[in-house]
This record gives sequence, structure tokens and C-alpha cells, in this order.
Amino acid sequence: MLTDHQLALKAPALRRRMLQLIADAGAGHTGGGLSCLDILNVLYNRVLNITPETVDSPTRDRYVQSKGHCVEALYAVMADRGYFPDSDLNTVCHYKSYYVGHPTRKIKGMEMNTGALGHGLPICIGMALAARQDSAAFRVFTLLGDGELAEGSNWEAAMAAAHYKLDNLVAILDHNTLQITGHTKDVMSNEPLDEKWRAFGWEVRSINGHDYAELTKALTTPHPGKPLIVIANTVKGKGVSFMENVGKWHHGVPSETELATALTELTALEKKLSAA
Amino acid sequence: MFTPAATAVAQKLGLKKGRANLEEFADTLQALATADRNIVAVTSDSRGSGKLAPYGKALPKQIVEVGIAEQNLVGITAGLAACGKKAFGVSPSCFLTARSLEQIKNDICYSNVPGVVIGISSGVSYGALGSTHHSLHDLAVLRAINNLTIIVPADNFETREAIKYAAAAPRPVFVRFGKAAMYDLAPAGATFTTGKALTLREGKDVAFIANGETVVHALLAAENLAAQGISARVLSLHTVKPLDTAAILAAGRECRAVITVEEHMINGGVGEAVASTLLQAGVAPKFKMVGFPDEDTVTGAQADLFRHYGISMEGLTETTQKLLG
Repeated sequence: MLTDHQLALKAPALRRRMLQLIADAGAGHTGGGLSCLDILNVLYNRVLNITPETVDSPTRDRYVQSKGHCVEALYAVMADRGYFPDSDLNTVCHYKSYYVGHPTRKIKGMEMNTGALGHGLPICIGMALAARQDSAAFRVFTLLGDGELAEGSNWEAAMAAAHYKLDNLVAILDHNTLQITGHTKDVMSNEPLDEKWRAFGWEVRSINGHDYAELTKALTTPHPGKPLIVIANTVKGKGVSFMENVGKWHHGVPSETELATALTELTALEKKLSAA
Repeated sequence: MFTPAATAVAQKLGLKKGRANLEEFADTLQALATADRNIVAVTSDSRGSGKLAPYGKALPKQIVEVGIAEQNLVGITAGLAACGKKAFGVSPSCFLTARSLEQIKNDICYSNVPGVVIGISSGVSYGALGSTHHSLHDLAVLRAINNLTIIVPADNFETREAIKYAAAAPRPVFVRFGKAAMYDLAPAGATFTTGKALTLREGKDVAFIANGETVVHALLAAENLAAQGISARVLSLHTVKPLDTAAILAAGRECRAVITVEEHMINGGVGEAVASTLLQAGVAPKFKMVGFPDEDTVTGAQADLFRHYGISMEGLTETTQKLLG
């Protein structure tokens, strides 16, 4: 298993790859991709019981990216883990490419087609119920966005998951507090999130979503008798100074100059981490 | 359900009343699920109206209750299907296909998981409850979704076969049921093939192309017209997608007129599908669509509404006479 330091060292390269493919495609969700990248780094390198060789195993863990618009971060992490050749990502959003702007099952290792918001959690409940009926030991994970929580289907699902005491289900909230129109609190306030989920009958863990140790502990500690939500407090645009907490980068595509600046920053961070 | 005159024709034809298709569905599903533990029913506080209470009692581990939450129902159905279950999401069609349309489109059809969506109490089965409970849009919206087989059975035979097909199909399926007791229409030894209409009566003057709970009225009208020297063909077009274009074109080429009959809005329904099939092939018989027009539907029981909109032996007889001139 990779150490925290090794995961941290990997992150700048993953962010560079993600930014590069968004720039090449001329489209993508930059800010949210950067905010959830550390979560995906931990999931795919430490937590999920999946490998490129076991994508068809009935007992593999399932990961459904409900915030499907941030697929570019997932592409970067999955390519790094060997699910598909990195060169495939040169086709993102191109004519006839399967690597479209949201996850599709046509890509090796993608569990479900997602993109419309508020869909991931109900699907994961079905998966978790299937695991229970088969007495299978796999766990089911989904990544939600905080803006996405305005979709009512999440709360239908939140009730059902607690009703069925799905302790094989983990939702991770990429809590970056920004959505396309602005701050979530201004668009449609959803706080206090921890109290809400707790009241629905969930185990709630609030953590720093960029801290590998906290993420790992929150995602691997059992939660008997209850579904788990990990409220991962993150920074939208994390890792690139001029993108952090700036709403316009929700789906902003960096210009050539902006990309060069971002890549330079990330390379410098990587060198600093290497020297540490 | 029928007028005295229509009842007399039904007796003359020897039509026997079976059960509500919904009951036939529930029992068929229970029998299949008893033999296959991977079959799971998902219900939204609707196991009573879906006739699934005995199923739930017999197979408690193979039923999932989601409460009144149709979007969640379809999402959960998709998740179960993605993990190897044969999941049947069952809910009133009016809510299931409107509130959860996006989940049907994305979670089941776009994701191409073998989930089955069962619309119960469809059409105007809930008659007097009003437009919120009518499902006259469902075929129109679902026809526009790729990768979905759509079946509307006309009798208990077609229902049994449709559910057997759905349980074995490696792809998304929608089946639509009403509440009324159905007459046995399929002849002995009939075969049910998805995508192939069932010919219930041969004829060459007019062809009735109908499905679901309207088919029996077309059959009665055909017998009534025979007494007047008009020969009517009757097709049960149980599969709306994929459409049996061969049977439709044959009807259009071999009959002087084609009349479609459906418990659905004219907009986007079977009539438009048949018209499109005929016209694109350059086949242009006299043509009439009988169904629900684009208006605020009048109130009443299903039988009242059928009569009001001409879905009856008398109404279809009159429509045929006017069309043939």
C-alpha cells in the first residue's frame, strides 16, 4: 500500500494530467475535478477492492461517481492505475470516443453511466441491497457533490439506506461549498449537513478531504448498522493557486498560458514534496 | 364494461373473461421468482395495488419496499440489475414514467442494465381520480428513449408471455398494465414473440391495430362489422418497441383502411407510430387514430372514458363506416 507521502507525491502528476486533458479537450469541470482528486487518489490506491484485473469480479467493490461531471479527475486516476492506456485520454470528448464528458460503462472499470445529478445514491442502494441478498462482502461507494444535494432523489435514497441499515454503503461528499452559480449557501443552503445526515440515520464523519490519513481512516473504519457519509471538506480548484475557491473554474478551461502556469506550480509542488 | 349489444356480440364470439392482467403479472412473477432467487420486486408503497402482497409474503427476501419515492425506486432497480439481479420496479405508471423518466432513461436504458419497469394502473384505469392519475403520456415519452422494449399486453396470455420474456431479457423492458379484468383473446396455440403483432382476426376492408385493454373492443367491432358485410382484421400490437413494421405494412397494403386504437393520447402514441411506418413506406390507406385527444380529459370510470372517446364496439363501428364511406 502506498504511504501518505507516496500518495501526496502522486497527486500533482494526476492534477497535471487532468488539466492537460481538459485543455486538450477544450471542455471539462476543472474546479470540482481538482477538489475531488485526493479523494479518488485514496479510493483507487488504498480503499477500493478493485484492480484492472478484477473489474468483472462479482465480489469487487463498486464505485459510482454521482458527480459525473468531474470525470476528468477519475480518468486521470484510473489511467494511472492501469485501467486503460493513458493515450486513450487523448481522445476525451473527440468524435466517436467513449471518453465523453461523463462516465459511461463502455470504459473499462466504470460501473455505471452517470452525469445527471441525484442518481448515484439510489443506484448504490440497489447495489448494496444486491450484495446483502447474495451475502457478498463487497462495499459500495459513491461520490456526491454538495450542489447535487439539492436534488430530492438524494433524500429519498438517504431515507432508504438508513431504513435498510446499509453498512456496506459509503457516500463521500465533495464539500467544496461552490457550485456553478456561486456559493452553495447562496444558491440553495444545505447546512448543517452533518446534522441532516445524522437525523436521517447515517453515520457521519467530517474530515479534511485533502488529508490522506483522515480520508483513509474515515473510509475504512466500520460503521455497523448504518450507512456512512464522509463529509470531505475540500477546496474547489485545489492545487492551483489562481483556481482555488474561484467559481469561474467550475467548468473553466485553462488557456495555454494559464495551463503553463498551473503545470509549473504543480511541478514545483512535486519537487518540494520529493525533497521532503 | 360493454353495452348490452356489445355483450351479445361477446357472447356470440364465445369470449371468456379472464383476470386482470395485473393479477396475472403478479402470479407469474411470483412463480418465476420462486424458481429464481435472483428475481427481485421493488415497490413504492404499491404492493397492494400491484397485487404483490402474496409475493411479498411468500418471498420476503426478494422484495424491496422504497416507500412513495419513484425516482429512488428506478435507481434502486438499476443498481440491483447492475449487480446481477433481475429487478422489477413496480409502480403506478402515471408517476413512474413521469417523475422517474430521467432514471428510466439514464440509470436503466443508457446504462443498459437488465432492469424491468412495470407501469401499473396505466391509461385511465384510475378513471375518476382525474388527470394526475391518468397515464396517457407514458408510451409517448418512453418511445423516445433508446434501448427499451415496450410491451402492452391485451390479455392474460400476452401478460404471462411478456413477463417471462422480461425475466429472461438481458436488456431494459417496460410493461404496462391496467386494472380491468381481461377477456381471453389469443387463440389456442398462439405464440407470443416480442416485436411481432398477434393477428386475432383476418380481414381486408379495414384493419384495427390496437393494444392493451382496447383490443377487445376492436374485436367486437370486427364481428359487428362482419354482420354488415365489412371484413375487419384485428391485430394486437402488444409490442410498441420494436414495432412490427411488417404486420403494419401488410395491413396498410391489404386493407382499404387502417384504424389504430389505444388507451393513450393520440400525441406520440401507437397511432402516430403506425402512421409514420405506413407513410415512410409510401403506403397510404384511409387512416384514423382513435385514442385520447389533446384536451382536458373528461371524468369518469375507464368504461365511461372509453365510450366517450369512441373506444367501444359502437364507436369503432361508426368510425369504420365513416372512414370507408
